[in-house]
Amino acid sequence: MPRTITRAELSESIHKNVGLSRNDSSDLLEMVLNEISTSLTNGESVKIASFGSFSVRQKKERLGRNPKTGEEVPITPRKVLTFRPSQMLRAKVRGDDSKKHPVNTVDLDNTQDTTS
Amino acid sequence: MTRSELILKISQKNPHLFNRDIEEVVNAIFVEISQALSRGDRIELRGFGAFSIKHRRSRIGRNPRTGESVQVEEKKIPFFKTGKRLRQLLNATSGGNDNEIFPEIKS
Repeated sequence: MPRTITRAELSESIHKNVGLSRNDSSDLLEMVLNEISTSLTNGESVKIASFGSFSVRQKKERLGRNPKTGEEVPITPRKVLTFRPSQMLRAKVRGDDSKKHPVNTVDLDNTQDTTS
Repeated sequence: MTRSELILKISQKNPHLFNRDIEEVVNAIFVEISQALSRGDRIELRGFGAFSIKHRRSRIGRNPRTGESVQVEEKKIPFFKTGKRLRQLLNATSGGNDNEIFPEIKS
């Protein structure tokens, strides 16, 4: 059964692994999330090597349907955030079974096995 | 913005901390999230977003070059869903209150 990890757990592991106080750890976690959010809000994408990249995409207006009433409603133009996981994160989540995916072997060849 | 620019920005705002520690914190955050995902866990950061795993069922794919059918195994891929507050922030500058597609329906 998948567990859900929250800020509390994440800052606790920062505290344990880096050795900063609990206060500093949770403050820094918040700052990291804020800096990423600010950068994205300014339209700048955020690229974290060996993790993935966050970028903002502009969506045009399109016609949608209210799923409850079935009525057609225009969906206003908006910005959406997309996260593209790095090849390394993808491989990690997959369990590093690169041989199973012949179609992807070209990409996977560039994947390093180090955890940074 | 890259990882090193992120570290730099946070260092500048925290002159009382060592750059080294900040670098370790930033790295620890992404390592923790990656490890949690590889265990199949979900990471929920209210207001920012949530990382989770999506399962893709096996399917018959095609080699786009040769047109030949290939069996694509089922796979797990990392997924990020933007948090409500961040989604609102992204759309705040474009004016209007149109962050929700169907404001009357609670998701």
